[in-house]
Amino acid sequence: MATELIIWLIPLPPLLAFFIITLLTTRSKALSHTIAVGAALLSWLGSMVVFFRAIQVEHFGEHPFVSSIPWLATGDTYFRIGVQIDPLSAASLFFVAWTVLMIFIYSVGYHNYGQPEGDHDLPGLPPHGATVKDAHGHEHRVLSVEPMYSRFFAFIGLFAFGMYTLVVSDNLLTLFVGWEIMGLCSYLLIGFWYGKPSARAAMIKAFLTTRVGDVFMLLGLAYLYSQTGTLNYREIFYNAETLHMLAEHSSGFLGLSAAALIGILLFIGTVGKSAQFPLHVWLPDAMEGPTPVSAMIHAATMVSAGVYMVIRIFPLLSAGAEHAATPAMLVMSIIGAFTALFAATIAVAQDDIKRVLAYSTISQLGYMVAALGIGAYVAAAFHLITHAFFKALLFLGSGSVIHGMEHGVLHTGNHSVDPQNMKNMGGLRHKMPITFWTFLVGGFALSGFPLVTAGFWSKDEILADAWGHGHYVVFGTLALAALLTAFYTMRQITMTFLGEPRTEEAKHAHETPWTMTFPLVVLAVFAVGAGWVGIPEHFPVIGGLVPNWFHEFVGGTLLEHPEAVEFNIIPLLTSLVVALGGLYAGWLAYRNYSQSRVDAAEKALGGLYHLPRHKYYFDELYDRIFIKPAIWLAESFTSAWMDRGVIDGFLHWVAYITGRIGNFFRDAIDKPIVNGLADKLADTMKWLGRVFPPVIQTGRVQQYMIMALVSLAAFSALFYYLLVMTP
Amino acid sequence: MNFLLYPLTMVTFFPLLGVLVLLFLKPEQKNAARWTALITSLITFGISIAVLAQFDRTNPDLQLVINLPWIQVAGWNIAFHMGVDGLSILLVLLTTFLTPISILSTWTAVEDRVKDFMLFFLLLEVGMVGVFVSLDLFLFYIFWEFTLVPMYFLIGIWGGPNRMYAAIKFFLYTMAGSILMLLAVLWLGIQGGTFSVPELVAQDNIPANLQTWLFLAFAAAFAIKVPMWPLHSWLPDAHVEAPTAGSVILAGVLLKMGTYGFLRFNLPLFPQAAVQLAPLMGVLAVIGIIYGAAVSYAQQDVKKLVAYSSVSHLGFVMLGLFALNPQGIQGGILQMINHGLSTGALFLIVGMIYERRHTRDMDAFGGLWKIMPVYGALTLIVTLSSMGLPGLNGFVGEFTILLGAWEAGQVGGPFGSYWYAGLAAIGVILAAVYMLYMFQKVFLGPVDKDENRSLKDLNWREIVTLAPLLVFIFWIGLYPRPFFELMAPSVDKLVQILQTAALAIR
Repeated sequence: MATELIIWLIPLPPLLAFFIITLLTTRSKALSHTIAVGAALLSWLGSMVVFFRAIQVEHFGEHPFVSSIPWLATGDTYFRIGVQIDPLSAASLFFVAWTVLMIFIYSVGYHNYGQPEGDHDLPGLPPHGATVKDAHGHEHRVLSVEPMYSRFFAFIGLFAFGMYTLVVSDNLLTLFVGWEIMGLCSYLLIGFWYGKPSARAAMIKAFLTTRVGDVFMLLGLAYLYSQTGTLNYREIFYNAETLHMLAEHSSGFLGLSAAALIGILLFIGTVGKSAQFPLHVWLPDAMEGPTPVSAMIHAATMVSAGVYMVIRIFPLLSAGAEHAATPAMLVMSIIGAFTALFAATIAVAQDDIKRVLAYSTISQLGYMVAALGIGAYVAAAFHLITHAFFKALLFLGSGSVIHGMEHGVLHTGNHSVDPQNMKNMGGLRHKMPITFWTFLVGGFALSGFPLVTAGFWSKDEILADAWGHGHYVVFGTLALAALLTAFYTMRQITMTFLGEPRTEEAKHAHETPWTMTFPLVVLAVFAVGAGWVGIPEHFPVIGGLVPNWFHEFVGGTLLEHPEAVEFNIIPLLTSLVVALGGLYAGWLAYRNYSQSRVDAAEKALGGLYHLPRHKYYFDELYDRIFIKPAIWLAESFTSAWMDRGVIDGFLHWVAYITGRIGNFFRDAIDKPIVNGLADKLADTMKWLGRVFPPVIQTGRVQQYMIMALVSLAAFSALFYYLLVMTP
Repeated sequence: MNFLLYPLTMVTFFPLLGVLVLLFLKPEQKNAARWTALITSLITFGISIAVLAQFDRTNPDLQLVINLPWIQVAGWNIAFHMGVDGLSILLVLLTTFLTPISILSTWTAVEDRVKDFMLFFLLLEVGMVGVFVSLDLFLFYIFWEFTLVPMYFLIGIWGGPNRMYAAIKFFLYTMAGSILMLLAVLWLGIQGGTFSVPELVAQDNIPANLQTWLFLAFAAAFAIKVPMWPLHSWLPDAHVEAPTAGSVILAGVLLKMGTYGFLRFNLPLFPQAAVQLAPLMGVLAVIGIIYGAAVSYAQQDVKKLVAYSSVSHLGFVMLGLFALNPQGIQGGILQMINHGLSTGALFLIVGMIYERRHTRDMDAFGGLWKIMPVYGALTLIVTLSSMGLPGLNGFVGEFTILLGAWEAGQVGGPFGSYWYAGLAAIGVILAAVYMLYMFQKVFLGPVDKDENRSLKDLNWREIVTLAPLLVFIFWIGLYPRPFFELMAPSVDKLVQILQTAALAIR
């Protein structure tokens, strides 16, 4: 089959799965998940075919796979939409296909396929467990199947469609379409258990916060289009003339060039989608969704989409940056580096196993954004891909842990124990060995454990780039964030898996079924292996053994192939020290952790601990300065005062005045004068009628005859005068 | 009689045949009345499709023109002059498309005086189509005023508890604006020696300062109809009190008569005034966008929420039209259609739940998705379409308008500032806010009201009522090209007039 055709077809199976499941197979769980996983498998297959064809093409960046059709009329030209696979999208397609497929398979086990229906389960609430009798008549509490099982697979199908659409697009408009479809799916899936008030709040928060970013992005698209007349990647980002024009043209706004203003507007879209400061608040709350959704949002799709987009528009962001960083890049490096550190500090103070990972995602995305900000194009893309693998692994691993803990909770029947709180865990390595080993791999990759893990190579490249180009502040910030990352990761691993079980529930935890552990193993392979494609050429000893394929391949997306940064020992030493040091410190501080002891971080930070613990109170702050005033503005000011008060008040006043004028006319003119005259006339007539009859109506015929005669004579005279006498 | 066989007279006056049949029915023959109206409106729709088939989409000029002398006294040249072009063809189709849907929605909702209801409804259709195809100012004015009468009765007889207030407010408010327009129409007709719009446009000899006054006189009528802020306050009352079908037509078509008026009369007849007043109209449009959205959020009554959202959406349309460039105007026209489809569907949806529960208070619901899954899913799609989710119709319109508004914001453009597009974009965020809160309050969460537990999901008739709207919501969202193609040549022609005028000013 022609490669272009396959690319067109890649997003379709999950979309079809969505429609088939919602319209036809909602009643059959087995059929629904077979269709969904089958669809993911087809898309995966297509992606792999395209990927392997792509890497065989020489100078693929110059000759990508493209195909397009006319779609939207804008003025006198048609907007064309189409697909394009160039090195960047081929690499993205690779990680998206793998993570999506693994998440789909995992979901089967996570939603307890094959388990009995729950005793009191309701759609819109997580399953509460079922009671079964064994052969001896003993009653057991076991996990129960998700009541809206089929709906879940329909929604993640749509989600995958959104991401595939985004990746295969050849222009920013269809990218935006996929982007918003994912926004919708995150809304639906974060609020999948919409019976919970917290889930309802989180779903709206996620959608609205990202939409704030989206609107700026939309404006950026409008501006870009009005300047260039196209939104096609190649016509803008692979076209030196256009880029030069945009960089030279002044936007008339704060002295920015058109390229800078467009870049910043588009970047705000990423700030929302990839949860960068200050729009990061939605991502931790998004943990309300089922865990496969968290993995979907955090690794495979949504937040990766934000970073993918800025990588995609990098030529625009860096347009005109021959000597100094452009304003857009400066903004990115500041926001990215700050977010990386800021979120890492919060992660240290969280107890919920998924929330730690959520803040770690924000922090790692900050890494990528900062990397782009300092111009480390390939490194940012590299970290995007390795991060997707190990973060998907970590999320799915944490879901497996929660699942195991829920098993314990059902066993003891003590529902006050939160199966997500790491304080209640401990010693799970014996109960859940596969989960433990894979989680360890993922955690070490996140921490950047030297040489073996993928995270090391991608993170190291960012640090090397920052050092090599003299961005020492960014370098320092990111190194510190890396230290904290290693620390909280080891804290998490220690509290969850090491030591002794701290609760009865943890003692009765259970390894999860193969549908959940199989994806963990596959992802663990990538969490290690994905790094080996990008080993710098001049790395001591092993450098050059494997060619730095990733740099060569993805670098080809740009018009000018980016130079690989020269090797320097300082960033290497730094990344070794922060990774190993952080891991060791985390183990040291938490190896003897028990519920009765104060958290080591709390002890160390003292009075400041409550700041990261409460996420620096950003939720409360936003509530005060944005949400409450906005509600007041809508309800009290605009609706009650302005609309009902002023505008309608004015109308009613006009009506009242008109009424008063009418009454005045009636009382002052109508009644006394007009009516008065008429009444007077009537009265006179009446009076005449009373007075005259006795005189003329005598009843005598002769008198009547005389009166008739006289009248006749009088009228005749009058007519004669009028008609004959007057000319 | 020959003139009745022209396509455009057919599509305009065919509903009168249904009216004639209805007159012979007895009041208790309710179903007969319903079927008569439905079949009549379906045939009318069929005729409008025939009109579309004869329409040449590459031709920018008026087509299928009928021009017969009508009233010719004392130098007044009033003609029976009709025609369609890219600016009006879609609106004609929208009207004939929404009418049968509205009639179908009344099947069980209207039980009282069915015959009279259908009679007024068909008369209303005559007026609406007439407005969109008239090319003679006088004829236009007659149709324009004529639509008021059936709508007045629809609200006043079949409306809610406060219907008289709403009906009178609607009537007087619209009337008041029309008077100024009538003066301008008379001035134009006498001064120019013809009431024919294309001829007046061709004359192009109105001095700039007079243009401004005439523009404002016409704008008074149209701005009230749209409605533009701050002349909108009749709308929520009329909507809340009107029966469902009335609301659908009111939002779907009657409001478009206002925006269409700007497009057909204000822009080509007074192009210099349009260029000069574009910033003013843009500011009012942007205020309307944000204001309507803010007030929507504050509503408890779902129908009122939808009504105020119209103020916001129509603000988008006006912003697009007064961007005075191809993108803006095409987006504006498409958004008129989109608003008719999405808001029409929303009013149908509100009507369906009102028929079941006899309340529209959001607090009376909760968790409906569990009880009525089909209803919930369809509502979600329409909600998303209304808030402009890509892949559905609203996005295409909003995005094209934003493109136009941004372009108009460049130095030397009609707006001259990016703030117009920038602030309008806030409306996109706010639309998501009030729509999602509505969806959350009504459809998500626990079912905590016992009255809601036994609600029945949609029946086949209701699904059939909504289905055609959904088809177009997806069609326009996924492949809008055919719709743009219909309007593009005529819009380009209009933009040329405006550009010439803009050059003349400088």
